This record gives sequence, C-alpha cells and structure tokens, in this order.
Amino acid sequence: MHNDDFDQFKGSPDYVISEPLKNAVNVSIVLGKPLLIRGEPGTGKTQLAHSIAHGLEKKLITWNIKSTTKAQEGLYVYDTVQRLNDSRFGDTDVSDIKQYIKLGKLGQAFASPEQLVLLIDEIDKADIEFPNDLLNELDEMTFYIPEIDETIKAIHRPIAVITSNAEKELPDAFLRRCIFHYIEFPNPELMEEIVRVHLPNIGGNLLREALKTFYKLREIDDFRKKPSTSELIDWIQALIAGGISLDRISSEVPLIGTLLKKETDYDYFMTRAGNKLQSRKANAYGMPYR
Amino acid sequence: MFTKFFCTLREKKVPVSITEWMMLMEALSRGCISNLDEFYYLARAILVKSEAYYDHYDVAFQEYFRGIETPAEISEQILEWLKDPLNQMTLTEEERALLDSMDFDELLREFEKRLKEQTEQHDGGGYWIGRGGTSPFGHSGYHPAGIRIGGESKGRHAIQVAQERRFRNYRSDLTLDVRQIKMVLREIRQLSRIGPEDELDLEETINATSKNAGEIELIWRQSRRNAVKVLLLMDVGGSMAPFALLCSQFFSAAHSSAHFKDFQYFYFHNCVYDDLYQDIERREAVSTEHLLRILEPEYKVILVGDARMATQELTMRYGAIDYYESNDTPGIAWLKRTADHFTHCVWLNPDTLYSWDHPTVFMIGKLFPMFELTLDGLRQAVKKLIVKK
Repeated sequence: MHNDDFDQFKGSPDYVISEPLKNAVNVSIVLGKPLLIRGEPGTGKTQLAHSIAHGLEKKLITWNIKSTTKAQEGLYVYDTVQRLNDSRFGDTDVSDIKQYIKLGKLGQAFASPEQLVLLIDEIDKADIEFPNDLLNELDEMTFYIPEIDETIKAIHRPIAVITSNAEKELPDAFLRRCIFHYIEFPNPELMEEIVRVHLPNIGGNLLREALKTFYKLREIDDFRKKPSTSELIDWIQALIAGGISLDRISSEVPLIGTLLKKETDYDYFMTRAGNKLQSRKANAYGMPYR
Repeated sequence: MFTKFFCTLREKKVPVSITEWMMLMEALSRGCISNLDEFYYLARAILVKSEAYYDHYDVAFQEYFRGIETPAEISEQILEWLKDPLNQMTLTEEERALLDSMDFDELLREFEKRLKEQTEQHDGGGYWIGRGGTSPFGHSGYHPAGIRIGGESKGRHAIQVAQERRFRNYRSDLTLDVRQIKMVLREIRQLSRIGPEDELDLEETINATSKNAGEIELIWRQSRRNAVKVLLLMDVGGSMAPFALLCSQFFSAAHSSAHFKDFQYFYFHNCVYDDLYQDIERREAVSTEHLLRILEPEYKVILVGDARMATQELTMRYGAIDYYESNDTPGIAWLKRTADHFTHCVWLNPDTLYSWDHPTVFMIGKLFPMFELTLDGLRQAVKKLIVKK
C-alpha cells in the first residue's frame, strides 16, 4: 500500500499524464530531489511544471535558461551600481546592503514561506559547467550570501522540475542527484486524448483524419524537425477555422505551413511527398495512373 | 534488498552509482510503491539517467525478476563473438593463392546461407563464420576477397566493411567521454572584444567619475567573445573503421561545442585530393581549391586520420584509392597546400603511437604536427593550435 504522503500529485484537468510520469513526479516530491525531464520538443516538458503547480495549487516560479545565464544569477545579484548611485544623495541609507541584494529565481523559491514549484527550463542551453555550479545548492537547497553574512535556506524544499533537450551532456554528478524521466512521443490513442483536452468540441471524424495524416507525416525520416504535439494542435485549429472538408485533409494536407516549420522540410515535402499525393489524387478522379 | 539487481544492472552496463541506489532504498522505505509495475518505473526514474540506457535496463529487469535468459538476435551474437580479435593465422602465400576469390554478390549470398546454417560460435577452420581461419566470412582471417564482420581490419583485404553503418551516427549525441573532449576543446579560444557594448568597464568608470568630480559616469565596453574559427577534416576511409567510435565521439564533442565563432567540417578518404566531401557517404563534393580560397588562413585546422595508406596514394598523380577520384595533383601536394594556407594546423591520429612507423605517416607527420587522439594528445594539439607559429 502507498503511504499517505505519496500520490500527492494526481494530474490536472488540462494535462494528460502517463502513469509512470505521474509516479516519477510523486517520487521526486517525496524524496525532495529535482525531477529531470527529457523528450522531443513539443511533448509537454514545460507544461508538466505548470500542471504540477495547477494540480497541487502551488505557485510556480520559472527560471528560463539562456546561453549566457550564470548559476550565480539564479541565487542572488548584488546591485552595486544602484548602491553607488544612491550614495551620492543623502536620502537613502546605503549602509544597509540588504536592500541591494536581489534574490534570483532559485533564491526566491528557497526564501518563499510556502512550498512552490520551481521550473528550470532548458538547462542544457547554458554553459557546460552550469549544472555543476548548482550541485550543492540543489542538493542542500541552501546557499550563503557573504555580503550580508546570511544563509538562505529553503523553508519548504521546492518541487524542482528541470527540462532538457539533450543539446549538451549533463555532468554525471548532476545526474546522480536527479530523478529522470524521458517523455516518449505519445501514441495515437494518447494523442487523441491530448487533443481533446485542448479542443474539447472537436468532431470525431476530423480528429481521426487529422491524426492519420499527422502520424503518416511523422514517419518521414528526412524531415529536419518532425511535427510535434503543439504543431498538431495548431494545425487542427487552423483546419477548423478554415472550414476544410474532411476528404481534403488526407489527400492534399492543407495548411501544411503550420506543421512544417523549416523551409527545407517544406520544400522537401512539396517536391517529394507532394508529388505522390498529387498522383494519388489524379487516380481518385479516375484518370489513368502513369 | 535487491542487491543482486544492482549487480545485474552494472553487468548490463547501466551506469548506476551507490548514491542512486541509496536513493532508491530510501524511496522504497517510504512506501512509494505497491506493486512490481510501480517498482519498475520507480527504479528506472531513479537509477537510469538517459533514455539511451532504457533498453539495457529492460534487459536487466527481465533477467532479474523473471529469471528469463534473454537471447540476443543471432546477427548481434555473431558480431559479439567477433569482437575480440584472435591471433591471426599465418598462411603462406601459396596457401592463400589456393583459395579462390569469389565475386561479391556470390559472397553475400553465401554469407546469408551460412548465417542461417550456423548455430554456434566458431573460430578457426575453413567454412563457418568466425574468427581467424580461412573462411571468407568473419574477421582476422585470410581470404583474398572476404567479407569482414566486425573486428579490426588486419588483413586489409576486405571488400566491404560490414560495420560501416557505425559511421552514420557521427552526428548523434554520445555520452561516453564526449564531455571530457569538450572540456579540452574549450581551451581553443582567442578572446576579442566584439559585439554590443554591454560590459561595465570598472576602471574607466572610476577614472571618468573622478574626473567628473564624483558625478557618476558609466563607461561600457564590448564583452570578450571567442573569435576562433575551426575547420575539421576527417578521414572516413576503410582503415578508419576500428576507430569509428572514438572519431564519432570526437566529432560529437567538436560539433556541439557552441563556443567557436565558426565551425566547418569535411570528410575525405585516406588523403585530401581535389575534392572534399560534406557527407560521410562522400556524395556532396566541394572543391578543395575553392575551400582554400574562401576560408581565411586564421581558421584552426584539425585533421583526423590514421595517415596510413599505400605510398602511391599519397605521392602519385591518379593515386587515389577510389577510382572515380582521378586526382590530377598528388595527395601530398594538396596536404602541403593546406598546411601552407592555414597558419595553425594539427593532425590527430587515432592509431596508437607504436603503429606510426609507416612511410606515409612519417611523410604526413613532417607536414603537420601529429598527435595521438587521446586526451593527452588532444591537450598538446590544442596548445599547438593556440600559440603563434
């Protein structure tokens, strides 16, 4: 039997979650370890954090990582220039350094009086040393600010979700401290459920046709970027808005621009796959196949 | 609890550490699971940190919990046997001449036939697929027109290298030591101030502020960025097959190092001739002459290859091993032009140092400073790339 404090997270109405992923989330909450999520773009890695925050009714803090992000920025920034500027006029007391210490996203999450969800998005975008610089902070959930001789310690360990696109290798020492889950690309049944969450009023025939064409497109290996969930949803929305008839969906793939975002993929589809579809269409009109 | 499962995982090459194992034990003691299915996912989430190992994990899990022996696919098994090279059987010239050379299609058909017939490991002998021996199939053996399966190309007679597909994965991410290589490659840098003025110049700010009688005057300057451009030329010829893994790790590291200002890469077979290639299959050609014209001399050039070939491939006109190459200029002249054009070049040789005693390795070593493709060799090469000539 499960303990009572396990199974905290049961999913949220706007996010379809698989059983293993749900368990991984709960393990990470119970053990207080960060959850590292990997998977193809568009499989809902970032959405998961939003869903956890929503499902558990906690606040979400998002730290978006860029190639220039430094680990220190997540903890705190000492705004020396502001202090220097203030010192010229006598109206503020600059001896109190504390007011020039600005907590970063990680710092805010630690200092918060209530438990919250911390999303560190796309950690692999940063420098290769970045995860190592955060090892201790994520492990102990505490850090020291020498300027004001103060230690920030997490009152409640935040529920940390880290996403990665596997652009860079993450260091082993970092990986050892995480719970890991790889989000697989959803199969057609799960995908149907996902689309229905986003577009509850969609007609069954339209959805079936669209999914069939979508998975056929994904079978083409030569695309630089295969269409993913978010593109599918955009596409279906466009199909509904455009009032496209059902039989055109599979025969000519209308509004392909919403599915294929790279020019090379688009060209490839138009010349190669487009031709095939064309000839099939000709056949459908009863013309001789050549 | 389950300690043997830990051993099984290690056995199946899943990189599990004690830290992670203790984490799993803690999770178990807190009652995180209620059945075996949940244990499967729980243990996987905690112990396995890359989807690349999910398959290994599955194999280990099955073996431990059901006690089922898991037979691999027969073809994989055959490759497995052939992995460790046995001592070569020495044949006299006469004996070798006795073996008839079959033509290639015949060889392939025969291979498939014997693959179906063969059910156990087989070394030596003259018929079955195995190590050593004189059958035309397998490796380390001597048959003038044999198909080589796995192993190292020792006889260098093989018509086709069965494991060639391993090169296909040059671009995929490898986890082994890519990180270490990357750390070394980071040393290749030349910081110069480029881009927008977004960095506070503290010293100048203090100066300007003092001159301004205490009124703060902020001075900004451009931040320092890496200005290094790198050109990578890789040998993907047949004799490079044994080093495929190493080379792909190196490529993976170089390709994903984001800190170069520009990174170009091309492939060649054995030696640089009139054309270089953009793909491993060597279909998209670019004229070497053109490249030497458009790439500035400050590109740091890294050549990777075993530099080992027949002497005529290096020194003769039309000496290239590939017939369609039909090079007007001998390979050595192209290498010389490359070395002259670029100010910083190094040659990385994946072969071990003691096998460098070969005329072409020697000749190429005179043109380019040559280093072993090991971490140490790489460090020395990088040093060579950043100092002035």
